[in-house]
Amino acid sequence: MSDAATYNFGYLDEQTKRMIRRALLKAMAIPGYQVPFASREMPMPYGWGTGGVQVTASVLGADDTLKVIDQGADDTTNAVSIRKFFERTAGIATTTHTSEATVIQTRHRIPEAPLREGQILVYQVPIPEPLRFLEPRETETRRLHALEDYGLMQVKLYEDIARHGHIATTYAYPVKVDGRYIMDPSPTPKFDNPKMDMCPAIQLFGAGREKRIYALPPYTKVVSLDFEDHPFERTKFDRGCALCGSEGIYLDEVVTDDRGGRMFVCSDTDFCESQRAAPSEAGHGLHEVPR
Amino acid sequence: MYVAVKGGESAIAAAHTLLAKERRGDPAVPELTTEQIREQLTLAVDRVMSEGSLYDRDLAALAIKQARGDLIEAIFLVRAYRSTLPRFGYAEPIETSAMTIRRRISATFKDLPGGQVLGPTFDYTHRLLDDSLNGGAAGTPSSPARKPVSEDAKVPHVADLLGHQGLIEPNPETESAAPVGDLTRDPLSFPAERDLRLQSLARGDEGLLLALGYSTQRGYGRTHPFAGEIRLGEVEVHLAPEELGFEVPLGTITVTECEMVNQFKGSAESPPQFTRGYGLAFGHCERKTMSMALVDRALRARELGEEIVAPAQDEEFVLSHADNVQATGFVEHLKLPHYVDFQAELQLVRQMRREWEDAQRKEAAE
Amino acid sequence: MSAQDDRPLLVAEGLSKHYGPHLGCADVSLDIHEGEVVAVVGESGSGKSTLLGLLSTQLLPSAGSVRYRMRDGEERDLFALGEAERRFLLRTDWGFVHQDARLGLRMGVSAGGNVGERLMATGWRHYGRIRAEAEQWLERVEIARDRIDDRPDTFSGGMRQRLQIAKNMVTRPRLIFMDEPTGGLDVSVQARLLDLIRSFVGDYGLAAVIVTHDLAVARLLSHRIVVMRHGRVIETGLTDQVLDDPREPYTQLLVASILQA
Repeated sequence: MSDAATYNFGYLDEQTKRMIRRALLKAMAIPGYQVPFASREMPMPYGWGTGGVQVTASVLGADDTLKVIDQGADDTTNAVSIRKFFERTAGIATTTHTSEATVIQTRHRIPEAPLREGQILVYQVPIPEPLRFLEPRETETRRLHALEDYGLMQVKLYEDIARHGHIATTYAYPVKVDGRYIMDPSPTPKFDNPKMDMCPAIQLFGAGREKRIYALPPYTKVVSLDFEDHPFERTKFDRGCALCGSEGIYLDEVVTDDRGGRMFVCSDTDFCESQRAAPSEAGHGLHEVPR
Repeated sequence: MYVAVKGGESAIAAAHTLLAKERRGDPAVPELTTEQIREQLTLAVDRVMSEGSLYDRDLAALAIKQARGDLIEAIFLVRAYRSTLPRFGYAEPIETSAMTIRRRISATFKDLPGGQVLGPTFDYTHRLLDDSLNGGAAGTPSSPARKPVSEDAKVPHVADLLGHQGLIEPNPETESAAPVGDLTRDPLSFPAERDLRLQSLARGDEGLLLALGYSTQRGYGRTHPFAGEIRLGEVEVHLAPEELGFEVPLGTITVTECEMVNQFKGSAESPPQFTRGYGLAFGHCERKTMSMALVDRALRARELGEEIVAPAQDEEFVLSHADNVQATGFVEHLKLPHYVDFQAELQLVRQMRREWEDAQRKEAAE
Repeated sequence: MSAQDDRPLLVAEGLSKHYGPHLGCADVSLDIHEGEVVAVVGESGSGKSTLLGLLSTQLLPSAGSVRYRMRDGEERDLFALGEAERRFLLRTDWGFVHQDARLGLRMGVSAGGNVGERLMATGWRHYGRIRAEAEQWLERVEIARDRIDDRPDTFSGGMRQRLQIAKNMVTRPRLIFMDEPTGGLDVSVQARLLDLIRSFVGDYGLAAVIVTHDLAVARLLSHRIVVMRHGRVIETGLTDQVLDDPREPYTQLLVASILQA
């Protein structure tokens, strides 16, 4: 805890936090719009969650309870590292339980248990620009957003169907926010896309290296791009979790031996544990899993 | 047997212990001191200060030791420390023509006011490994006798000598009121003006700038450069706090400055004249400042109405990729788990293989 | 479609463009009516490409204006349009066929995706209908339906030009700009392309501005001709009249050189 004394609460100085909060407010006011912000160098590498960490540091208060997940799990190395960072620099309470957390920083997943009002979900974003791989130039992509010129994105989906018979994007699947901006949901699997729609929690996205912040206020309409005759389809698993038996959730494939042995288990470790602890209790029952 | 990725915390702690052990190396060999690094690995220290954007030889030496000699890691350490420092104000522009010169060469004029001063340089050394440096028995080198240079007089810049005859474009008028951009405080946006471009290049990776500068010499955006001048020495830094209303000296720093003189044919608006490319870095960073000056000039293509055909002229390309702390972070983040996305791709490939096999079977049946 | 409007579709007045001290084009005024094909001829450097750039709002004029009668009948000053309106015009009511197909096509996107892009940009979201529309237009420009999923970088030069036309025609534009559309093609391929353009102009009542240095192209396609030299229009009139009985010595020279060739 001695580090908390030498660094400011949550590492960043108050001026920087104010600058980031202004960017967050602007982002909340224009859902899905990428707000440039003066991202700072952080004591972890770019691409390892510096954007999410800066956003988390700016929204954290002394009475917050923080949960950090990477790939859905609380105990992956990078999640551990970021959680410890805030324990040391902010001295706040942490948890692995989705329901207990007020702020959840995530990389690549949205928790299975539904989020509620008053919670903040902070996404780590590597490439915030959904049009980047269609158009490498920032000057041009900003113009396309400004003019709502999104034909090119639809052409990409068209090409997928023409080549594969279906849309072949499985993660970072682009969405349209509140009927206006096309947004990258960060590299979450498309399985999680429906959870973003009309979510009661605040969703904040921070891209440190690319210096962009964007946001979804509570209950924002978020629609995954598709065609009328090739509608968006959520990834389906043809089995349940081998540990807790839950179905309709996202599974990790675990290689168990070198002879092709495999098992499938919950990617959300907190969800899996709570299912195993109290499978019959309401509150974590299967019926609560969002569609 | 399912073994979850549990125990991340203890694994991290163990990894850090191993790292400390590797850093120390064979305990029979005396431990390196940061003073030794600061005094004897000076060019490494200079690079870390320049690209770390923090003038502090002791911190740079510490970072180099902590990073086991990995300079990009050391630069990263310095940057992360720098971002927690409060900002008191902005110094006045340094006056490099008032530099106490240790090295100053021009490739454009044989002799010139202020003279040519070779100074401490690898140039003209034969690159033969020197066995006398082995074992620490080399002794203390003596200082050569030297003519005192420029103790009091200013040493004019070569570009200014050309400027008197209008043969080179003037430096842009310095308007004291014009704000200078600060890309550590405001996000970079495009098109970027020259102040931000130079700032980005000064913090930029030496290797990238070297390769880009080299590419302009090989025809990818030629600028016909001459090394107008390279100078190394000490300059005073002044700050004018608002509440004081006058300048106070803060101290002396070592900088390297390079001005390239480039050919330019002229345009509808400008007569034929030479143009400039500029490089500046903390400490002794000659390769860096020369490369920077080449790339700075190449990036002025838009402003000078030149056709943009090469990577070194493309400001979005150069500035977006010049920062090695950003670059190494993003390249190395591929080490982080991507289980979830990979799982999604695995599902897709399996599905597509099934569809492909079905199609093959159907074809065979027909 | 209602009865034809008598007012011109596009009116350019006093268009000038300077590049520093160099003159691109000077004081050009021009009307284009619905269904009318105007050829702009002259040697390279005469200012015809600059004029095309100005008319299609890709260049900003140093002086002068271009007015256009929109689909709703309202006449608008094109340089006063916002960029969103201008882009919308460019991809709905206008077409642009480039000499270099790479400027007009996405070479890494299938022929169907190329033709479908304008539809998707204007809100089409039914894959099947987009594809059916693309197939129809490919057929109309004589590209086999089974090439729909092939990329234009596997197409011949003539096919690429026809694909460009299909890509433009899919939103039924009223005005199409063409910059040396037959340049660099073999004579037989040129003839087939010219036939196609001629029938499209007739069938769809398309107005067109065609920049060409080839008087034969101008004669075959255009109703009216504009002869440019040193950035100025030196002669204009009905194509047959101007080519059969050129008044200006320079035009006489141009016509004579073609006859000799």
